[in-house]
Amino acid sequence: MKTLQELWNSLHAALVEIGAMVRFLVRLLIVAPRALVRFSLVAEQIYNAGALSLVIIMLSGLFVGMVLGLQGFQLLQRFGSEEALGTAAAIGLVKELGPVITALLFAGRAGTALASELGLMRATDQLSAMEMMAVDPIRRVVVPRFLGGIIAMPLLAAIFSMIGIYGAQLVGVQFMGVDSGSFWSQMRSGVALVDIREGIVKSLAFGVACSLIAVYEGYYAVPTAEGVGRATTRTVVTSAVVTLFLDYLITAMFL
Amino acid sequence: MNDSAAVIEIRDLRYAISGRPIFDGLDLKIARGGVTAFMGPSGTGKTTLLRLITGQLVADSGSIQVAGSDLCSLSRSELYALRRRMGMLFQNGALLTDLTVFENVAFPLREHTRLPERLVRDLVLTKLQAVGLRGAAQLMPGELSGGMTRRVALARAIILDPEILIYDEPFVGLDPISKGVVLRLIRRLNDTLGLTSIVVSHDVREISSVANTVFLLSGGKVVAHGTPQELRSFPSEIVQQFMGGLADGPVPFHYPAGDYYTELLAREGVA
Repeated sequence: MKTLQELWNSLHAALVEIGAMVRFLVRLLIVAPRALVRFSLVAEQIYNAGALSLVIIMLSGLFVGMVLGLQGFQLLQRFGSEEALGTAAAIGLVKELGPVITALLFAGRAGTALASELGLMRATDQLSAMEMMAVDPIRRVVVPRFLGGIIAMPLLAAIFSMIGIYGAQLVGVQFMGVDSGSFWSQMRSGVALVDIREGIVKSLAFGVACSLIAVYEGYYAVPTAEGVGRATTRTVVTSAVVTLFLDYLITAMFL
Repeated sequence: MNDSAAVIEIRDLRYAISGRPIFDGLDLKIARGGVTAFMGPSGTGKTTLLRLITGQLVADSGSIQVAGSDLCSLSRSELYALRRRMGMLFQNGALLTDLTVFENVAFPLREHTRLPERLVRDLVLTKLQAVGLRGAAQLMPGELSGGMTRRVALARAIILDPEILIYDEPFVGLDPISKGVVLRLIRRLNDTLGLTSIVVSHDVREISSVANTVFLLSGGKVVAHGTPQELRSFPSEIVQQFMGGLADGPVPFHYPAGDYYTELLAREGVA
């Protein structure tokens, strides 16, 4: 009985949290058009969330692509169809690994930076000071960061996939001796527009989810050192779980 | 009517934080012009009162009138319009850490006006000159000392020429020289800009030298008010304890606890 009660309590708390997050999202969306007018603020955040994540995204993309090339080659060789390596790697990257791993890395790098920045701004009264200067911190601080994240995510995912394909090519063609012509031509004929569309939809959805979670956790962080730390951790954990859950949903939708 | 001279009027204010009453029927009036101080022991809710006056918190009941408008009945945009007529100096300055000193002071101008860059520059430099930090315009907030941070925040608070300027504990953690500088600025800005200044502090000596009126808060109410001289001879134990800085009195030295010897002799049940 007690366990049941505890289960209900945590379910209730989770539902309340989701409700609060949706309300926060609506608030952001209402302000978003006005925030877009000052695009320089958004551009700055695209730089912060996007350009500053480039190195980690590109390095990870390269290694993931190389592993994919190695594993794919081993597997396909058994069936004598190594030429399909290009298609396999490209589809895997564009539809799955690109958006998902980018989102996970984004949550770890840009998401935590966002959450701790907003949390510290709250702890040092910077958000209250803006309120007192009659400047809405949601419009001035939160929405540009939210939009910057949404715009940056698909771009990062595209770069991740591109570098990943290069990595697979590097291992498959250069090291393992797959024919370069068939690697590229099979890829071109095997990857359809709908695959790319699925990747774009995913990375947009992950962009909305991860950015929302980061700004929500940061904005409502308890204004203490411990509170900001907890907000940062929650950002990573929640973003990762939500990303994987959404990934399943969208994959099912596209079948 | 006498009330028209009052820029802030609070009637029967009640406010509680998680069930614990902070204000329980607080009444006070702040006259236009002059420097008014809120004093009182730590934990009496002085900062909370400032947040209520500026609309950052909403009272449970009672009314707060600021410059003729009732805070409870204002919409968000009306509240923002009212806040443009107020400046507030936070305890730690609350400068935006990603902007330079110059950009921090220019921030309200850039957000609320479309003045040409040249005019923004002139206005910002004028205000920085007033607080003596024109030379620090290009520094980042992290490079400033505590006193400098507060002076920059002060320049930012007066950039839109407010009618009311609010200081939350402006002397905390400052060395005597910086304290003197901030004190002189409070008085000088108030007189030259024709402001109404409200200062929350518990530095009795500093406040006595600058305030025209002092409200002494304790237990959620105003226990005494008047000029600093009047308060010093006010016939009340708590006022005397506070103004004289006595360790024990109506505000006890000891946090409420059980009997000392019983607790020392008890072998168990303490942890």
